[in-house]
Amino acid sequence: MSNSIIHWFKFASPASFYPLAGRMIPWFWLLAAAFGLSGLWLSFFVAPTDAVQGDGYRIIFVHVPASWMSMFIYLVMAAWAGLGLVFNTRLSSMMAQALAPTGALMAFLSLWTGSFWGKPMWGTWWIWDARLTSELILLFLYVGFIALQASIDDPRRADKAGAILALVGSVNVPIIYFSVKWWNTLHQGSTVSLTKAPAMAHTMLLGMLLMALCFWMYAIAVALQRVRAIILERESHAEWVRELKEVLA
Amino acid sequence: MNWNSPAEFFAMGGYALYVWSSFGMCALLLALEPALVRHRHLAALGNLRRQLRAEQLDGEKP
Repeated sequence: MSNSIIHWFKFASPASFYPLAGRMIPWFWLLAAAFGLSGLWLSFFVAPTDAVQGDGYRIIFVHVPASWMSMFIYLVMAAWAGLGLVFNTRLSSMMAQALAPTGALMAFLSLWTGSFWGKPMWGTWWIWDARLTSELILLFLYVGFIALQASIDDPRRADKAGAILALVGSVNVPIIYFSVKWWNTLHQGSTVSLTKAPAMAHTMLLGMLLMALCFWMYAIAVALQRVRAIILERESHAEWVRELKEVLA
Repeated sequence: MNWNSPAEFFAMGGYALYVWSSFGMCALLLALEPALVRHRHLAALGNLRRQLRAEQLDGEKP
């Protein structure tokens, strides 16, 4: 037991996490590519044309993964930021900082693809309903988190201020998720739920899940790459950074 | 198989604009972000190297 605790805290230090992340990144890229290629194959060549929405429904294969990841990344980011706030661990705050731009990108993609799906199906690019508005607020929360941290010069104070914003903002995630139940909205209810059978063909569901896994692995890979850059920026005074092969080379 | 010809595939049953705009933006951003992150990493390494060299030069002064 005590062994495992020591083991985990070892990787909480940027000096040991930097090389570990470097070794993990290629594997996550490989997984992302494998899930992505098989997911795209299913999305375009195996999943049948929808009876109601024709081939326009295929937007679901990027829309749902982007939306899921935008919410999931926010919760992970808030959890890392909260850990950093409670335990005062630098690396946790750096992880939160590394996740924010990727989360913002996912929120933007969710809105963008949703808009291009809404136009042909609902007849409008945008409507101020509960689901769409709360997702837009999520994008603003990401942007606010990034801007707040960028505006404070002392990184440790920036971490703390950002963590409070991230934690308070996390109340928005269940609001997005349940918005289609709580309010009457133009947005359809969830296609996939844990409690009942999915309301779609199996190949469609499988394609969507593979694309979601692809986005997930992508997010891990790119966040690990970013956290390595952040470590170098913030630990530039540390002896171990100066002794890195890639710095001396 | 859903398509009888490449043209049919690209037409997406009349939804080409919507489907390709969605997938295209995803492809664009998911390619752009890793490139930007890589650039940031290389810039951080470059800064470190410059800093080290400056300190070495300072140390060599009599």
